[in-house]
Amino acid sequence: MASAPRTMFDKIWERHAITVNAAGQTLLFIDRHFCHELSFHAYNMLHARDMSVRRPGQTFAIPDHYTPTTGLDKKDFATKAHDALVANLCNNARRNDVTLFGLDDRRRGIIHVVGPEQGITLPGMTIVCGDSHTSTHGALGAFAFGIGASDVSHVLATQTLWQPRPKTMRITVTGSRPTGVSAKDIILAIIGHIGAAGGTGHVIEYAGPVIEALSIEERLTICNMSIEAGARAGMIAPDETTYDYIAGRPYAPAGEEWDTALAFWKSLPSDPGAAFDREVTLDGADIAPMVTWGTSPEDALPITGSVPDPAAVEDEDRRAAMERKLAYMGLTAGMKLSDIAIDKVFIGSCTNSRIEDLRAAAEIARGRRAKVSTIIVPGSGLIRAQAEEEGLDRVFVEAGIDWRPQAGCSMCLGVNGDTVGPQERCASTSNRNFEGRQGRGARTHLVGPAMAMAAAVTGRLTDVRTLAGD
Amino acid sequence: MEPFTRFTAIAAPMDRDNIDTDQIIPGRYLMMPRDDRYRTYCFHDLRLDDEGNEVASFILNKPAFRGASIIVAADNFGCGSSREGAVFTLVDAGFRAVIASSFGDIFYNNSFNNGLLPVVLPEDAVSALRAALHDRPGAEITVDLEAQTVTGPGNLNFSFEIDPHRRHRLLKGLDAVGYTLTFEDDIEAFERRYFADGPLG
Repeated sequence: MASAPRTMFDKIWERHAITVNAAGQTLLFIDRHFCHELSFHAYNMLHARDMSVRRPGQTFAIPDHYTPTTGLDKKDFATKAHDALVANLCNNARRNDVTLFGLDDRRRGIIHVVGPEQGITLPGMTIVCGDSHTSTHGALGAFAFGIGASDVSHVLATQTLWQPRPKTMRITVTGSRPTGVSAKDIILAIIGHIGAAGGTGHVIEYAGPVIEALSIEERLTICNMSIEAGARAGMIAPDETTYDYIAGRPYAPAGEEWDTALAFWKSLPSDPGAAFDREVTLDGADIAPMVTWGTSPEDALPITGSVPDPAAVEDEDRRAAMERKLAYMGLTAGMKLSDIAIDKVFIGSCTNSRIEDLRAAAEIARGRRAKVSTIIVPGSGLIRAQAEEEGLDRVFVEAGIDWRPQAGCSMCLGVNGDTVGPQERCASTSNRNFEGRQGRGARTHLVGPAMAMAAAVTGRLTDVRTLAGD
Repeated sequence: MEPFTRFTAIAAPMDRDNIDTDQIIPGRYLMMPRDDRYRTYCFHDLRLDDEGNEVASFILNKPAFRGASIIVAADNFGCGSSREGAVFTLVDAGFRAVIASSFGDIFYNNSFNNGLLPVVLPEDAVSALRAALHDRPGAEITVDLEAQTVTGPGNLNFSFEIDPHRRHRLLKGLDAVGYTLTFEDDIEAFERRYFADGPLG
């Protein structure tokens, strides 16, 4: 008897279900677990029980949040406490035989960059990390999601998690992608469309011709921001692009194991006719380069637009919320987005710090000068090396840009000391424009890497399409 | 973990959607150990200005709401980062329940690991509760997990749904790891089968 058509999510979920308890929750087996510096709470909880990591071979420790980007000397750390936090992660990894990509390891970088880059992230896996942007790894066809410290401790102790089964949502992007539109613009358009809570309780599968045509790095950008739509996870079906990307990576299967793995991966995509709890469709042709104007990623508009007017909002609470956002952001209703002058540019983060992002930024920077303070932080040591081999670093330096030698999360959340000042306005390729995210009082406009560089060389938010032909 | 059965306390209305975990605890405090200071990070940058003075307009600074131990929020409370510090600081500051029309998924999960009850009610219900709390500052709300009800001022009564597993854990104050270890045989059997079958998950 033929079984009912299943979604990719169903297949991964069912493969990892150990048991279902009387209350209907599933105990899921976890394939890969990444830890960063803030796992200290979880390791403390584990050690308080006199336990050690159950499956250290499936656990990877990579410092990225608190690491300096200027260098690795003691003086590069924001404070001694930052240094100690990184050392603490390294100690916890050694004590538990967990694989560690330490500070001076050239493979080290942002976990959500390194996992795919090393082939640690593979299709069909369950992947967790104490970081909400773990959704990134879904780009390779994995079920990957962020968890808190108690759950991190639970996975360290048991390699499992109790989970209620989420609903499924398919977001199909039809047609084709216009010139000048990046993966970041696509995901900002999606979040603007469904809202910051639009995906709550759901796992999103991104599909359709626009998604299928994306490179893996672009898919990583899309899945990265699934959490900004409130989703538990985001995923994209593995295909030839995925297999080409994985082949030859250090932790990827090889030889006979490759053949077995490939056959398994090819069984993963959603079956024709598989039912999703919710379907959303966007026309790719309608997507333009995007910027955010407010303090939620859903506050996204095409760069050709204007700052919205609270007076046009009927609901009292929503009008008050918009007024507050404009006050925080220091913006006037009705002003053109492309008239907004900026003070700073940040290119980096798990959303946009990969080599293709740096190439897109360099293309705009070539032969131009940055008019505002601009920093670029590569996503990993290997990306830095690749960029320098391609001469991108020289393009940046000649444009007056601060090319940082060490990878890390940096100015996305500013906990390593790379911050945006009070009332300073930053065009940022990161993922959150929350109040205070990049520093107390900081004003963040989310953009893609080429748009960020366009802002850097003009000193204001700028439609990159007006520069591309210069 | 402290069990949660029935809880009555002053409730504070927070009218904005999308109160993210960066608002609940700014990132710069995440590296701090869980000690006596942790409660002081709660809503830090909303509560205090750059000079460290109280922001008079912030709801929890208003005299009637200073003793609040329940929050009634709007949509998508606790969205954003996975930081469990957002739950630690709420709990350490005395909060035992948050009522909202939806929650950030990870925050919602984290709450159950710390004895904080997140209650989901329809938008019109949370809106009515917030309006009642604005009308009668300092009024109490009762959240009854056993009966799955919320009782507010002005005869407002709502029942709520909750996953039975999570409800049970909170009612008993059960530790998740201890509970999971009672499934050790299932986990071992799964691992044997899973790794024998390959390819490595």
